Amino acid sequence: MGPKSRMTLVLVLLGFVLCLFLERSGLLSAYVLQISMYVGINIILTLSLNLVNGYMGEFSVGHAGFMAIGAYVSSIITVRVFHNQMGPLVFPLAVIVAGIVTAATSFVVAFPSFRTRGDYLAIVTLAFNMIVKSVLENIDALGGPRGFMGMGRLTNLANVYAWCLVTIFVVRNLVYSNFGRAVLSIREDEVASNLVSVNTRQMKIMVFLIAAFFAGIAGALFAHVMQFINPRSFAIQKSTDILVMVYLGGIGSIFGSVLGATVCTVLLELLRPLGVWRWVVGPIMLVVLMICRPTGIMGLKELIGLIPREERVLVKKEETDVVTASN
Amino acid sequence: MITILLQQMLNGLQVGSVYALIALGYTMVYGILRLINFAHGDIFMISCYFGFFAACALLSNAIPTWLTFIATMMVSMLLTALVAVLIERVAYKPLRYAPKVSAVITALGIGLFLENFTLATLGPTPRGMPSLLPNVNYRLGALSLSSVQILIIIISIVLMILLDRVVQKTMTGMAMRAVSYDKTTASVMGVPVDRIISTTFAIGSAVAGAGGVLYSLAYPIINPYMGVKIGWWAFIAAVIGGIGNVRGAMLGAYILAFVEVFTPMVLPSSTYRDFVAFTVLLIVLVVRPTGLMGRVTAQKV
Repeated sequence: MGPKSRMTLVLVLLGFVLCLFLERSGLLSAYVLQISMYVGINIILTLSLNLVNGYMGEFSVGHAGFMAIGAYVSSIITVRVFHNQMGPLVFPLAVIVAGIVTAATSFVVAFPSFRTRGDYLAIVTLAFNMIVKSVLENIDALGGPRGFMGMGRLTNLANVYAWCLVTIFVVRNLVYSNFGRAVLSIREDEVASNLVSVNTRQMKIMVFLIAAFFAGIAGALFAHVMQFINPRSFAIQKSTDILVMVYLGGIGSIFGSVLGATVCTVLLELLRPLGVWRWVVGPIMLVVLMICRPTGIMGLKELIGLIPREERVLVKKEETDVVTASN
Repeated sequence: MITILLQQMLNGLQVGSVYALIALGYTMVYGILRLINFAHGDIFMISCYFGFFAACALLSNAIPTWLTFIATMMVSMLLTALVAVLIERVAYKPLRYAPKVSAVITALGIGLFLENFTLATLGPTPRGMPSLLPNVNYRLGALSLSSVQILIIIISIVLMILLDRVVQKTMTGMAMRAVSYDKTTASVMGVPVDRIISTTFAIGSAVAGAGGVLYSLAYPIINPYMGVKIGWWAFIAAVIGGIGNVRGAMLGAYILAFVEVFTPMVLPSSTYRDFVAFTVLLIVLVVRPTGLMGRVTAQKV
């Protein structure tokens, strides 16, 4: 472990301690805490969707469907199986199980993606979202359209922070591995990447699996902040919210996703005094931003600190190449 | 049993006609710009409000009701087309050469804006559309037919045939097909691409405007969020038929409407409707990845 990695580790641990401190000390109001947790959950959602939409170049519009499965599975575990006993001990387990179950459902979307691409795959994901919502509405044991409640407030800031870091860590390491290169090659040209012996089917399954896993985790965290979920909160509107965050931050950029999720969540809260007009001003800002910067805030660029050291040289070289070429 | 079936088929035709009118807008814009215009459902909602205000303003005068109806329809179609062209010019045109998804996200933003602007200015209370035409119920044996139902089906079919003729036979239609086939070459051949795109938006939205008035005749409650559900369903209809294909959109709309109408007959609860509709959609896409009438394009490397 080099000195830089050690420093990252120390920073991460410091952040963790800070989260615990902020939560226990009561320095932050309950409202600010709540919003910070939403920011974290949205970062997880945005990053996982960015993996599909940004890195693999598909257009998935059903991410909330995965989130719903994670939310319901984790709630069933904490409320029905353990009857709210041993909450803090069971919760991490419940979150992970929720993630795994959600990942298993991602095959529904992954298999059609072998043949269908682009806008048609978008519809497949959309249909998936609607089917999940419709099924949940029809299961009476889970409250049907009335929703499911009784969860304890098991999610805390440290929890969200930890999962955020895990997501960033996994996505970052995936993207800069051989696996990540293969995924990027699918985005650029699927047929060509098939020809250079990338197993595109396997890659697609893996990407959907990982994305769904983290969406499920975000759903589990979400359910235990809200302490109440109903199928409507995972409708297509939720999916489009996440989409907006991905493209606002910039596709194919980890830092972009973090930024997109944060800006979106915080800005909408800051606009709250506007009342109904908040949702008029928000979309206008989005449209203006898209027109001025069609590739989002980061736009395929990455924060230099997130790029592996060996590759930073490449990025710099690319930039100088662009400069010399334009001269 | 047969009468119920026939009755439901009639209802399906009525619902399907409205879906078809909206699905046409999706499919035309997609055909020409390769853009999923997510704001289209909300444009439909706006057209219902235009129809509502036009009807309220016109009803107080002593004009024959059928004239009021036609005028309402015209006003709604015209204003909706204007709004759509405005949106296209302001929001989509600057993004014509940007990545495709940026335009899609912009469309999502515009949709949200339309919804919430209506909500903020007109309030969340649903408005009741005044009944423009006397609703007469005809009985055909055991079947019951309302005049509104007949009107909706006939007007929709006439509009669809008209639109199909426009796209297939006129110069504008030819230009539309040319732009949809290859924008660059079309502009080299002297097709005014920008004007054709605006025309497409105008026509697609005017048809949705007609759909809006017809819809609010049958279901006379208008609220700012009504465009969301119908917009998505019309979009799905367009995809089932093969998005970008005008005839496919009509076919998809009727299929979807029949699924919607017949599901409650087979399954115990109507809450399974969405589930069945989307499962049909999934199966169609797995079997025919570009929709029922969509062109299968070979990928080049």
